[in-house]
Amino acid sequence: MSAYQRVLAARNNLRPNAMRYINHMVSDFVELHGDRRQGEDAAVVAGLGFFGRRCVTVLALEKGIDTPDRLKRNFGSAQPEGYRKSLWHLRQAEKFKRPVLCFVDTAGAACGIGAEERGQGQAIAENLWEMMGLQVPVLSVIIGEGGSGGALALAAASRVWMLENAIYSVLSPEGAASIIYKDAGKVVEASEALKLSAQDMLAFGVIEGILPEGDGFSEALPAVQLAFEEALIGFDGMTGEEIRQARYARFRRLGGDWA
Amino acid sequence: MLEKSLFKNPNLRLEGMENAAAEERAPVFECPRCKMRQDLSSLAEGLFLCQRCGHHYKVGARQRLGMTLDEGSFREMSVRIASRDPLGFPGYQEKLEQARRQSGEREAVITGTGSILGQPCAFFAMEHQFMMGSMGAAVGEKLTRLFERARQRRLPVVGYVISGGARVQEGVLSLMQMAKVSGAVRLHADAGLLYIAVLCDATTGGVAASFAMQADVILAEPGALIGFAGPRVIEQTTRQKLPEGFQRAEFQLEQGFVGKIVRRQEQRELLGLLLRMHEGAGA
Repeated sequence: MSAYQRVLAARNNLRPNAMRYINHMVSDFVELHGDRRQGEDAAVVAGLGFFGRRCVTVLALEKGIDTPDRLKRNFGSAQPEGYRKSLWHLRQAEKFKRPVLCFVDTAGAACGIGAEERGQGQAIAENLWEMMGLQVPVLSVIIGEGGSGGALALAAASRVWMLENAIYSVLSPEGAASIIYKDAGKVVEASEALKLSAQDMLAFGVIEGILPEGDGFSEALPAVQLAFEEALIGFDGMTGEEIRQARYARFRRLGGDWA
Repeated sequence: MLEKSLFKNPNLRLEGMENAAAEERAPVFECPRCKMRQDLSSLAEGLFLCQRCGHHYKVGARQRLGMTLDEGSFREMSVRIASRDPLGFPGYQEKLEQARRQSGEREAVITGTGSILGQPCAFFAMEHQFMMGSMGAAVGEKLTRLFERARQRRLPVVGYVISGGARVQEGVLSLMQMAKVSGAVRLHADAGLLYIAVLCDATTGGVAASFAMQADVILAEPGALIGFAGPRVIEQTTRQKLPEGFQRAEFQLEQGFVGKIVRRQEQRELLGLLLRMHEGAGA
């Protein structure tokens, strides 16, 4: 599959959405709305539930399932309120010592006058800040699109996985085409140059593993479940400070060996 | 200092600089705001401010060091760290060479230690002439080392931020620097140490969404563009005309994201004062 075909696959409307994973993996899910400051943003889903026997905090960038739902959720592109909602729940997870499970599927953070007025940059920066200090494990899986800082805000995690056909990118291929090639039409070339496939991410050390989705949801669901379960067992023997240090060490080495 | 670097790097171009060929060693600058023409020496004396309207010219990282730190106090760190081309991105090598020629720097940020009005600090200044100060793995590594060193030595950090955001040519590895630097800033903060960021024109993208917005005190230069999405991207995406002054420092102050706007001639004084107010922090 070419890089651009993967981009199309990752964006396919028929791909299982975040809520579908949550409904199948997390029992007694209680969704909690609002950012406790000024608003509610349905692009970010937050709540509590049981993963196996553990109580977990769940965060997701949700694109929606049909047109009205997608419109309501701004196609998974979160406003600052969405990131402030996730921030609140990260703090709650720290308070109650709950692991955090994140599902990432977004083309990127919302772009617009309102998002800028309400501090999109600051909202994402605060999520990164909070995540890098947490003493509970944060596990993220990119199930479709991992677009830029808007995706990273829910993926500055202890462990990150990608589904086989998911993508992870610093900028959309369209954006890269117009910036680098000065031609928005050169999306195919830009997709190739950006190196955004799960294989690329594994080679860069940006993710821990690639989860198969050959037969679709029936294969992807147990793969995500197993990855999360095994990782949580691994964190059971660690102290909060060790968990935090391990997360920093994970990002600390990314970008090359400079010694 | 500027004259020296202009002499060393004949390709060095500054904002508003006109074709200097006819005038040889005395390039003339035209203010982008009021069109007033000034020569280099009067500009350099005045901290690169327009004599008439006070416009803050964009200045390079070395000039920033010169106008902020106590003379002779700067000790540069991580001088060998420079960008590679991890993706084999088309045209990136040439872009890097061009950026090095144009800026006279090896990377888009200079880091080190020094003092301001006798107050020791760790210091960074980003270089807009180096690919718009964009952050790739080398910039991320240099900043991470700076905050780590500052933490070990119990030093506050003062940083001049100018950046177009994550560097596209290094793909997701650039994106990862946002988390990496955020982690280093957080560790520094948890040690009770001070971090002051001065946001300059322009601070956008992944940098505005990470360490630019994580400081204890956020200052900005007058008129600096500060935002997550750049104005052109917003206009293209939303097909809306942006209001006058949108995303400028004055707007960000109104919105509550910038603590204080400080003119260049007052920055050194204020930084020294703020450092003094936090003396002994993290002890």
